[in-house]
Amino acid sequence: MDKPVISFKGAKKIYPMAGESVEALRGVDVDIYPGEFLAIMGPSGSGKSTLMHIAGLLDSLTEGKYLFDGEDVSFISRDKQADIRNRKIGFIFQSFNLLARCSAQENVELPMLYRRPAESNLHEKSMEALRTVGMENRASHLPAQLSGGQQQRVAIARALINSPTLIMADEPTGNLDTKTGKEIMNTLASLHEEGITIIIVTHDHEVGQATRRRIFLRDGLIERDERQAQSSGLTSP
Amino acid sequence: MNIVITMIRLAIRALLAYKVRSLLTMLGIIIGIGSVIVMISVGRGANESIQKQIQSLGANMLMIFSGSSQSGGVRGGFGSAPTLTIRDAQAIEKECPSTLNVTYVLGASTQLVAGKKNWGTRSWGTTANYNLVRDWQVKDGEFITEQHFRSAAGVAVLGSSVAENLFEPGEQAVGQQIRIKNVPFRVIGIMQTRGRTPSGQDNDDTVLVPYTTMSRKLVGDRLPGLVHFIMVSAQSQALVETLKQEVEELLRQRHKILPGMTDDFTVRTLDEYANMAGKTTNTMTMLLTAVAAISLLVGGIGIMNIMLVSVTERTREIGIRMAVGARSRDVLVQFLVEAMVISLIGGILGTVIGVATAIAISALAGWATIISLDSILLATLFSGAVGIFFGFYPARKASRLDPIEALRYE
Repeated sequence: MDKPVISFKGAKKIYPMAGESVEALRGVDVDIYPGEFLAIMGPSGSGKSTLMHIAGLLDSLTEGKYLFDGEDVSFISRDKQADIRNRKIGFIFQSFNLLARCSAQENVELPMLYRRPAESNLHEKSMEALRTVGMENRASHLPAQLSGGQQQRVAIARALINSPTLIMADEPTGNLDTKTGKEIMNTLASLHEEGITIIIVTHDHEVGQATRRRIFLRDGLIERDERQAQSSGLTSP
Repeated sequence: MNIVITMIRLAIRALLAYKVRSLLTMLGIIIGIGSVIVMISVGRGANESIQKQIQSLGANMLMIFSGSSQSGGVRGGFGSAPTLTIRDAQAIEKECPSTLNVTYVLGASTQLVAGKKNWGTRSWGTTANYNLVRDWQVKDGEFITEQHFRSAAGVAVLGSSVAENLFEPGEQAVGQQIRIKNVPFRVIGIMQTRGRTPSGQDNDDTVLVPYTTMSRKLVGDRLPGLVHFIMVSAQSQALVETLKQEVEELLRQRHKILPGMTDDFTVRTLDEYANMAGKTTNTMTMLLTAVAAISLLVGGIGIMNIMLVSVTERTREIGIRMAVGARSRDVLVQFLVEAMVISLIGGILGTVIGVATAIAISALAGWATIISLDSILLATLFSGAVGIFFGFYPARKASRLDPIEALRYE
């Protein structure tokens, strides 16, 4: 088997609060391999968001070890984190998080602006990413002119633009109706088919059923780690 | 390069999204830069017109005043002790090699009568080459000649203001009889109009007569050979300072002033007047510019205020940018560029308004204004600097946001 993309060993996250501190993660060990389609599940307060933030290098561990793509990233600088996020991780959020004043295409290009060294063929690449999610006809629309599902597609295109190792989706269907949610899950599933590692954080079991592996968190610890050879048939390979 | 252009474009778009707010923010900078430009151009204009007036006093000229009188503890002003004589003037002409022309004057308050009109002014007794030293010609008739001087002729040359006050417009003044202190004089010439001196006196409110006539008929021979001022012109601009030293040395010798004693005369060059006047106008310009700079400061604080609001409002945008890989510095630069664009646009508008105001001032109020490229460049650069300076704190605040907190911000 390949080396894991994400490897946590004894991962702890403690938030200092007034008076007492809150332990959001209390020693998590987990390996995630390239090409996995995985859901992190659990009730609110279980630590799943914290785990995603740390795995996505938006936050750092208090204790323990985190290897990303074989590299120890447990205690690296904010700028290094930003560079890794930029090149290797694509984010998809519940509330889409598109820039309201920028067109769909400009939103997709956003991560490329921060890429070092800079790339030149911005427009071709962003159009290609929009085509992948079927949004090439809406390239010049502002987010407000798009439906929720369309906005989330633009967000997926943005996550794809720098050809990341990994896509992290935080409740990607949370703000969408069931039908649109299923379409988005299909899009993610087909990206997985193309070999992209996808991690979804959700408390929605139906979403979880669409994936191949589910990690259940409770009170900052892994409660259960389920693997499933075949997804429930939302996709039709 | 790409990112810089994108950032400027984004900054302009952010400003356009809140047009009224951006304009109000710029207003401080517009007023600040505008007033700096107006103040500098008015100040420079005033300075230059004063320098021109001073140069109009004469060509490469030195003025020598007699020193102050001292009786008991009371000291009079310049000229209160008449220590200069015709002999001093003659000695300067003979012994100072840098001299071109020498003249001297003796003045007295006089009442002039021409027909039914009369006018009070100061009359000056002088020599035939006064007009050369002062670089001041007659516009009608002729100037005092050697002949007039030697014969102590009863002839007078009038300043144009005096001529206007004694004669009707269009009336031929040259050739008319007037009386000065009841002594009859014939008008032989009218001087060209010179305007005001830097201290605001009217150059043209004057009457010139031969020194000999003045001394004998108007002031009497109580003070034989005494003069109020000696005026010397140097052979060239470059020799003015040399001439000053020569004159000082000579007069010290003639007046028997030992080292350590105070001179009983004062020598002034026009440059010294120009410098004094320049200092005064510079002080005024600096004062006014300081006031303008304060309004720039207030404008800058306005920018800081709006940028802080903008950073708070756009917390989520900052979070998104950070999530997709913007480093702290990228965010910092973005907000700095935005602050700079506001203040630069404000600076450019302020420059345009300032220049227009300066032109309007010189057209309407008749003040001389000088709009110089360097003050425009300075103002523009300064407005950019104001943007960077006052934009830095908000930009740094933005760059230090925690990405997760920023993404959660509603």
